[in-house]
Amino acid sequence: MNKRQVDIAVIGGGPAGLAAALKAKQEGFEKVVLIERDKELGGILNQCIHDGFGLIRFGKQLSGCEYAQRYVSMVKESGVEIYTDTMVLEITKDKEVYSVNQQEGAVCWQAGAIILAMGCRERTRPQVGILGTRPSGVLTAGAVQKYINIQGFLPGKKAVILGSGDIGLIMARRMTLEHMEVEGVYEVMPNPGGLRRNLEQCLNDYHIPLHLSTTVVRVHGKKSLEGVTVAKVDENRKPIPETERYIPCDLLVLSVGLIPENELSKQAGILLSPVTKGPVVDQNMMTSVDGIFAAGNVSAVFDLVDYVSKTGEAAALGAAAYLRASEKEKGKPVPVEAGENIAFTLPETVEPKDGKVTFYMRVKKSMEHPEISLTCDGKTIKTQKLLVAHPPEMISMTVDWKEEYTGKLVMEGREV
Amino acid sequence: MKKEYTCIVCPRSCTLTVEEKDGICTVTGHSCKRGEEYGKNEYTNPKRMLTTTVKIKGSNLRVLPVVSSDAVPKEKLLDCLDYLYGLEIEAPVKLHDVVLENILNTGVSILAARDAERME
Repeated sequence: MNKRQVDIAVIGGGPAGLAAALKAKQEGFEKVVLIERDKELGGILNQCIHDGFGLIRFGKQLSGCEYAQRYVSMVKESGVEIYTDTMVLEITKDKEVYSVNQQEGAVCWQAGAIILAMGCRERTRPQVGILGTRPSGVLTAGAVQKYINIQGFLPGKKAVILGSGDIGLIMARRMTLEHMEVEGVYEVMPNPGGLRRNLEQCLNDYHIPLHLSTTVVRVHGKKSLEGVTVAKVDENRKPIPETERYIPCDLLVLSVGLIPENELSKQAGILLSPVTKGPVVDQNMMTSVDGIFAAGNVSAVFDLVDYVSKTGEAAALGAAAYLRASEKEKGKPVPVEAGENIAFTLPETVEPKDGKVTFYMRVKKSMEHPEISLTCDGKTIKTQKLLVAHPPEMISMTVDWKEEYTGKLVMEGREV
Repeated sequence: MKKEYTCIVCPRSCTLTVEEKDGICTVTGHSCKRGEEYGKNEYTNPKRMLTTTVKIKGSNLRVLPVVSSDAVPKEKLLDCLDYLYGLEIEAPVKLHDVVLENILNTGVSILAARDAERME
C-alpha cells in the first residue's frame, strides 16, 4: 500500500476541519492534509443557504455558504493538501490514517498528529421509535435541506415536522418559501428545542403552528407516505390515546437531534463521553489517545459554527504544541465536573498548565440572570453573569488557567 | 402603543419592548445597538434577509445559493422570491457577484453566496 508521512492529518472538510487545517498550516507545518469524503469542501454549511452564521467569527451575519466559501478560499490558498472524494476507512492508535479514493486507491498516511473533524449525524426514525409502515417520504431535516438547496427539487407537497430543533425550524421556513405547505411542527418536550430567534423568524413570521408536548405516534401509507397520527404526551412523554389526530401529508421531516459521528474514533480506542457522545478532550482538544485531537461537532454538538471553527483552531494549536514538545511534558489532565444545572462542559478535562482555557457548556434548565461559576476545591476561579440561559443555547466562558488548579473542579449554574 | 418582539439579530434572542409615544419609538430589553435598531424597524417597517437558490447553467452546481445585500421589506419578501424563481444565470460566478440589481425596486441587490466554476 502507498504509505505517506505527514505532519498533521485532518479528517473532514467541514467548518471544524477547515479551521483546523488552516491554523495548522499557519503554524508552519509543511505537510498538512485535509481529507473529505464529499466532492467538495465546506461540509454541511454548503446546504445551509440561510443566514445567521459568523457573527462572532467575522463580525457579520453570513449565510452558511458564504461562511464556508470564506474558509474554503483561505484553505485553498494556504498550501494545505486537499483530498476530496476520499473516504477514510480506519485510523489507529499509532496515528495511521487509511483512506481510499478512485485516483490513488488505498493510501496509508502516517501522521504526527490527527485531528478528527467528522462532524455529526442526524438521528433517524428508528432512534425515536415511530410505529407504522415504512413508506417513502419520511426524511431527516438535513436530507430535505439537501434535496431542496443542493439538488434543487422538492421532496413533497405537504409536510409535518417532528422536532423543534433549529434545522427543523429552518426547514419549516424554507419549505414554506418554496410553496410547500407546512402543517405544523410537533415537539415531544414541553419546551422548544431551537433558538428563540428561529421560532420567531421561521415559524411566527409564516404563522406555522408549534405543538409542544405532542409527537408523531404512527406513520401511514404503503409505498408512499399518506399521513401521520399525532398525539399529545403526558409528563412521562407517553402518548395519550384520546388525543390522537390524523394528518394527511406526503412528507414527514424529522428534526430529532444530532449525534457526534465517532465510528473512526472508536476504532482507535478513543474514550467517548456518555453525555456528549464525543471524545473526552482537554483544553487542547486532545482525546484520550496522545496525538489525536477532536474539533467541532465530533466532540459535542454545537449550536454555533463560530464555536466549531474556534475548537478547530484550538485543536490545531494543540496538535502543533504536541508535535513541538520534545519530551512528554504533559501533566495529568484534571476532570471538570458538571455540577448544578450544567449538562456538560467541553473540555471535560484540563491539563494543569498556565494559559487560557475556553469552556463550552449547556445548562439543564432555563434560568433568568444566572451566574455560571467554576470552583476548585470550593474556591471560585471564575464567575460569569448572564442575562438568561437556555438549554439549546451554548454558553462559552474563558478562564485564565493556572497550573495549580489541580483540585476538585466543578462548573455550576445558579439563578441569583 | 407597546409591542414585544424576539430579536433575531443574534443567537442571544433578546426580548425587546418597543413603546411608541408621539411618533417616537423607544426600545428596551436590547443588549446591543443592532438590537435597538431591529426593534425600531420591526415596529415601523419590518425587514428580513432574503436567502434562496437560483437556477444556474454551465456549472457543476444544480442551483446557486444567493443572499440579499441588505434586508428587504417583509411584505415584499415573497414577491422577491417568486421573481427569483424565473431567473437563470450563467457560470462561472464568484462569491458576492451581483446576480440581480435592485430587485423589485427595493434598492437591494441579490448576490452569489459562493463560487461556482464553469463546467462544460
